Amino acid sequence: MKTDLFAAAGFAALPFMAFADEFAVGDLVISDPISYETPVTAQTGVGYLSITNTGDVDETLIDVRADFPRVMLHETITDGDITRMQHVMGGLVIPAGATVSLEPGSFHIMFMGLGGDPFEVNEDIPATLVFETAGELDIVFKVEARVPATTGQTGTDMSDIDHDDMHEEDGE
Amino acid sequence: MIRLGLAMAGALAAVSAPALAQDQFAECRASTVGEAAIGGPFELIDETGNTVTDADMITRPTLVYFGYTFCPDACPLDSARNALAMDFLEEDHGHEIDALFITIDPARDTVDVVRDYADVFHPRMIGLTGSEEQIAAAAQQYRVFYRAQRGGDEFYLVDHTTFTYLMLPGIGFAEFFRTSATPDEVAELTACYVDNL
Repeated sequence: MKTDLFAAAGFAALPFMAFADEFAVGDLVISDPISYETPVTAQTGVGYLSITNTGDVDETLIDVRADFPRVMLHETITDGDITRMQHVMGGLVIPAGATVSLEPGSFHIMFMGLGGDPFEVNEDIPATLVFETAGELDIVFKVEARVPATTGQTGTDMSDIDHDDMHEEDGE
Repeated sequence: MIRLGLAMAGALAAVSAPALAQDQFAECRASTVGEAAIGGPFELIDETGNTVTDADMITRPTLVYFGYTFCPDACPLDSARNALAMDFLEEDHGHEIDALFITIDPARDTVDVVRDYADVFHPRMIGLTGSEEQIAAAAQQYRVFYRAQRGGDEFYLVDHTTFTYLMLPGIGFAEFFRTSATPDEVAELTACYVDNL
């Protein structure tokens, strides 16, 4: 179920403030599912979000489904100077009382086989998260511009990016 | 093969010699690569399908990155960082630099695919591809490692190094940046080199 109706209404009134998109099932709260625009010929898209487990029992994200030939939960790992991605086997554990973030340079959902239908800014990408105990939850990834800056290539009107903010964007 | 090896060795010596003789960039150096030369001649295919060389592509200070477009997480992170660094350099320092995205997955990254990919990030980022041999030779010049995780279908992944190299025309390698470098850090350090050109 979607719990951000008021936030959505507020967004329309206050266009400069970003409200979190939230979805919930059982003791889990999923925040800010976002994706990034892709090139027209791209074969992959990415999904990021945060999962908070407000309960007393660990939960496991065991599957992600969406309307693409293949959808996988991946982790980007850097060993020394080599970066690789690997399939998260056995699911992603969300410990009781903890928040696990899927974010750039770390865990991410990979949508494979876009087949000529790129992700466009502001597009909605529906998906279903499957949890071991809480079950299934339908969510929507909002597609954002890849470079929210002044290159004129991104379709956004963010013309005055504060450089300090960009440090937060970079992977740790 | 021997002739090729000699040609490469000669080119590398030519590239590294001026930097060794007198380091005009001493105040800028953040990384130490010692005697190890990074970068050198390459022959690749540009966004229009034409064969180009390093001399054609590196005519101004240029950020060079090797990646692949199927990669949804690490490569876009680096490419977006490089694009922002290019903007910051222009806005804060008045320096226009270029960027190259060289694929290490030429089987899937055709001319159209690398062009579309680079265009998402910056108007002055150029995507380059090539034959398996051309890519392997270019990667070797830059000491780039890559290895496909062949899984038997078209959705395979590729392990690779994710450094960005600052190359200067007529001089060659100046600096490299890890993924952890911020757009500002890349811009500031690059500005130092460009100011000392």
